[in-house]
Amino acid sequence: MTSRSLDAAQLVTPTSREDAIEAFGDGAELTVLAGGTILMPELNYGRLRPARVLALWNAGVAGIRREGSSLTIGAMTPVAELEAAPEPLATAARSVADREIRAQATLGGNLCATPGGEIPRGDLQAPLIALGARVTTAGAGGQRTEPVEDFLSNGPGGRLVLEVELEEPAGAGHATVGRPHSHGFTILAACAAETSEGVRVAVTGAGSHAVRVHSVEQALAGGASPEDAAENVLKDVQPRDDALASAWYRQRMLPVLVGRALHDLSQKEGTRG
Amino acid sequence: MKLTVNGVEHDVQAPQLASLLHVLREELDLTSPKAGCQQGGCGTCTVLVDGEPRRSCLLPLAAVEGAAITTVEGLGAADELSPMQAAFDEHYAAQCGFCTSGFLLAGTALLNGSPGATREEVLEALSGHVCRCTGYVKIVRAVEAALHGEVHPERVEASFEPEETDVLIPGSPA
Repeated sequence: MTSRSLDAAQLVTPTSREDAIEAFGDGAELTVLAGGTILMPELNYGRLRPARVLALWNAGVAGIRREGSSLTIGAMTPVAELEAAPEPLATAARSVADREIRAQATLGGNLCATPGGEIPRGDLQAPLIALGARVTTAGAGGQRTEPVEDFLSNGPGGRLVLEVELEEPAGAGHATVGRPHSHGFTILAACAAETSEGVRVAVTGAGSHAVRVHSVEQALAGGASPEDAAENVLKDVQPRDDALASAWYRQRMLPVLVGRALHDLSQKEGTRG
Repeated sequence: MKLTVNGVEHDVQAPQLASLLHVLREELDLTSPKAGCQQGGCGTCTVLVDGEPRRSCLLPLAAVEGAAITTVEGLGAADELSPMQAAFDEHYAAQCGFCTSGFLLAGTALLNGSPGATREEVLEALSGHVCRCTGYVKIVRAVEAALHGEVHPERVEASFEPEETDVLIPGSPA
């Protein structure tokens, strides 16, 4: 433990959304602390000695607000609260780690999760993309709201996640490679949702963040069966080897999981209650 | 900073971003929370924060200012075990002991919050504490016995006061 240098960190704890945005500024030279499940190990092991830390626990950006079929979910909302969100987000949230971690980890942190080692993290990203969720962030140039897939492509650098908006879908599907232990990273997962703009599909585990698979969506819109459409997933992602699984395995499992998610979706469509 | 642990208020000097685990073990000499992986995976550092189980290694000190922290030292005394501790004793559920603090506190939180928990809910609540021993049957039985009120603290044998030992290696199970 190198307490001395931790002591040097300036801790900023804004008590309102506006103060948080102001304290964040352009995000330069600043480390954002949300739930802490990713950041604290870095501090514990001395891998990170930040100069300035923006802690969001009092910033008033937590909680789920519902208006009709629209939901606005604050960045500091714990993963545990998302277990009651629309599918496929709820299933993905329930699959994250264990009870203690889900109570502490946040939506915003999950969106900003950098790969752990070379292993992708951020299990909520694929369901959010499938739901067509949009994320509002602050940073240089002011606030902006954009699709989650665009936010992930650009990377979280220089942006402070404030909230995510999504619409309850008409149906949803989720398929994942089962994990033997509550602490394992997700090897692969596929999410699908019937939204107002059609079926959207996203996968986790085929890159450093979740990816929307347009080719599958287009094939479906063109009338392909779920199984045939699912084969298109490899046009949009190029799986790599990592500590969890080989690219070979991923290339064979991804179409299977996308097919299962689409099958799951077709079973549940129109059953929203 | 002020920190309330097991009902006692302490003035603590550690940096605001030091982990609660570090403060409990190194500053307050409370060694029931174990320094296992220190990255949230193993569950041995679990404490109750306002009654809810949390990983103390993942909580910066500043995040728990004003909260009530409970460690195993606050559950019961050697001659007056809490129901969960007595159930672990009765069912011989300690295994090697390293994971036991986390299991006791996760079980205690379940007992306080969901005493009617099903087998599936018990397994889910304990899932963050499973390590590598296998053989969790006795732990699950102990937790279920406590949930069902089938505990007999009076059967616990006359207790002993453990000798005071120095923590030789920071982070080691004392």
